[in-house]
Amino acid sequence: MSVTPASARTVTGSLPPALAACPRLSQWVRVRPDGTVEVWAGKAELGQGILTALAQVVAEELDVDVTRVRVVAPTTSHGPDAGYTAGSLSVQQCAPALRQVCAQVRGQLLAAAAERLGSGKLTVDDGTVRAPSGDQVSYWELAPEVSLETDADGRSAPKDPGTYTVVGTSVPRLDLADKLAGRPRFVHDLRWDGMLYGRVLRPPSLGAVLTSADTAAAAAGQGVVGVLVDGSFVGAVAADEAGALAAVQATAPTPARPARTLAATFTRPFLAHASIAPSASVARWDHEGRSVEVWTHSQGVHPLRRDIARALGVAPEHVTVHHAEGAGCYGHNAADDAAYDAVLLARTVPGRHVQVVWSRRDELGWAPFGPAMRVDLTAEVGDDGRLSRWTHDGWGNGHTSRPGALDSPSLLAFAHQKGGRPIPAAEDPPPERGGGLGRNAVPGYEIPIVRAQTHRLLAMPLRTSALRSLGAHLNVFAIESFMDELAQVAGADPLDFRLAHLGDERARAVLEAVATAAGWGTPMPAGEHPAGRGLGFARYKGSGAWCAVVAEVIAEQQLQVRRLTIAVDVGLVLNPDGVVNQIEGGAVQAASWTLKERVRFDRRRVLSDTWETYPIMSFGEVPPVDVLIVPRPDQPPLGAGEASIGPTAAAIGNALFAALGVRVRDLPLTPEAIIAAIDGQ
Amino acid sequence: MTSDVTISVNGVERVVRCDPESSVLQVLRGQLGLLGSRFGCGLGACGACMVLLDGRPVTSCDTPMWSVGSAHITTIEALAEVATSGVALAAAFEAEQAGQCGYCLSGILVTASALIDEAAGGELGETAVRAALDRHLCRCGTHGRIVRAVLRAANPDGPTRDPT
Repeated sequence: MSVTPASARTVTGSLPPALAACPRLSQWVRVRPDGTVEVWAGKAELGQGILTALAQVVAEELDVDVTRVRVVAPTTSHGPDAGYTAGSLSVQQCAPALRQVCAQVRGQLLAAAAERLGSGKLTVDDGTVRAPSGDQVSYWELAPEVSLETDADGRSAPKDPGTYTVVGTSVPRLDLADKLAGRPRFVHDLRWDGMLYGRVLRPPSLGAVLTSADTAAAAAGQGVVGVLVDGSFVGAVAADEAGALAAVQATAPTPARPARTLAATFTRPFLAHASIAPSASVARWDHEGRSVEVWTHSQGVHPLRRDIARALGVAPEHVTVHHAEGAGCYGHNAADDAAYDAVLLARTVPGRHVQVVWSRRDELGWAPFGPAMRVDLTAEVGDDGRLSRWTHDGWGNGHTSRPGALDSPSLLAFAHQKGGRPIPAAEDPPPERGGGLGRNAVPGYEIPIVRAQTHRLLAMPLRTSALRSLGAHLNVFAIESFMDELAQVAGADPLDFRLAHLGDERARAVLEAVATAAGWGTPMPAGEHPAGRGLGFARYKGSGAWCAVVAEVIAEQQLQVRRLTIAVDVGLVLNPDGVVNQIEGGAVQAASWTLKERVRFDRRRVLSDTWETYPIMSFGEVPPVDVLIVPRPDQPPLGAGEASIGPTAAAIGNALFAALGVRVRDLPLTPEAIIAAIDGQ
Repeated sequence: MTSDVTISVNGVERVVRCDPESSVLQVLRGQLGLLGSRFGCGLGACGACMVLLDGRPVTSCDTPMWSVGSAHITTIEALAEVATSGVALAAAFEAEQAGQCGYCLSGILVTASALIDEAAGGELGETAVRAALDRHLCRCGTHGRIVRAVLRAANPDGPTRDPT
């Protein structure tokens, strides 16, 4: 932790894209006289631990203790517009920018210190700069005289990763103590004096139109401040939650249902986000009703601001959006919808904060879903036992209808408001952003002829958008199941068959690591029920982390996953325990989707809107997960949040085949699906 | 139909003006400013709102105020003072880094404290822990860490897990 300012390496390079777009240093970092460092990185804590990982990057470059670093929640009022916190890209996009910013800030602080302490070799320890003479001065004393109102110039060299002492270590999560103590931290916990509570009444079916509402009965309720009927959007504001809930129930509107025909065929069903907390938000209009301030657990405060402004028909300058933590976020859930609900209800009581919390039924019934998908594959195996041709056709709805992605606002209440518009069919992210339906549709194997095609369906029975890993869940399940079938045709072991088609050394390394760790090739212990071991592999998006999984299953009454062993290569690891936590969390969630989950619906509405009808994996069912990190400290860091999803699903499917000799191609792998596959053989 | 209901929360008698049909959770969060018990489903199906009622874990979202009577309610805010295992649990969860979004954790700590205190120093195995936690849902996939943390708190001298 020592450096002589004059000898610091200088580089003149291009700035990381996030920094080039927002070069002013003070928009990223402020060094405060009270001994803390504030950081605006534009990325939101979604439960993935990003606050801690980014704090480590800052602490490393500045040479301060990580507990001094406050990574501020994204807001439209300050800091970079980092778009969405999504796609396992936060570390990849943000860490290089923060390193560059902090290297320059550190240089400026050291230059100021040198003026006070004289030249000579200065050392820094937790923000205290010392000269050889023993004289010292701290960042906190220097802060008032070091202006960060300058732009990043790309001339300060960040540290050599080989010298890291904070990045690469498992720093405990900075947010955990609050959560263990039950301290207020979530958007649900925000409180202001005189805050009011809003509730929304959703229609009884997807296409329902409001014909009448008993607003008088609702308004007469205890503590009711206002009732809003705007087209088919109905909500109430009251002094407490119970009052708001009673008021919307009292409106008792009569629905009318337009005729609609829908049809779909799929091999992965629609999946729900099913976060443990329902979506929530707080909004407050100023007393004149001209500008609104919003607190939300959205993944993108800037795109949400633009969509709210668009829906209201006002300039974005009238809308300020701040991030506040919600429960775990696995993609585009109802956070943005709840924010606009709060905006509409708060508009009826200018000057007052209004908090809206969704019900569990609305959360499981009205939030966007991960799209159902169908994938058709063909492949040829040559005389030499190698793959010579591969085709992939995927069908489904698009994988993004985030605010800003569509031609009109993507906010549920806007579709119900008078003068609003239905939410258009979901788009699909383009291939250069990883694709949606096509995410991981191109197998990572060396095959002479590969054709992969996606077919986006425009009829959308349920509203779809991004769910963790997008199309990679089913695409990797399909490809890796098929690879096992082809290996069987070629008379090869599934691991050997994959390795024979892989030249990429990092791909081979994770496969070999997981095979060794899981005892691939050794017999399964004999037991009462049929058991099997299966393999799954993918490089996420073809450009992200490499991940290989071995699953061990037992076929009892239900298919039970007994153990998951995972090897992952995420390049430079910022926080090893954080990576393990994300990889194992992704694997458990994927196992839950793969074994249990299916959104059920009829022509009118979603039927699986309780935990009884949409069960997720329980404590009794979750298997042990062992994660090995293949270290690559010399390679750029990659995200870990989604890499284990597809390979876990595939490994479970292949293990099921190993146990029972039946290939099940329709998810979820329920007893009914297994029996249907046996009948179909 | 509101009336005054007297309840004992975290060792303090409180008179609350509410509809006796209101849930305990509504009163805790809405009137007493105790925000550590979380709202998750309102139907007692996810465990995010767990509190102790005379030492036994109950879901506060579907427990009506009229049913509480003279029973003592303990919330996460006072767990460390009331349940002997409260402090050990928080330390064990830190040691295992047993959390992602953390929304389910306060309820899980309440259930775990009752489990450990009931075992009163006797050995507590993984099966018993998993069975007790089956009333709770976690969506981030942190189950394994949570089970290890509870086992660590329950068996401070015993084996927890192999070092990784």
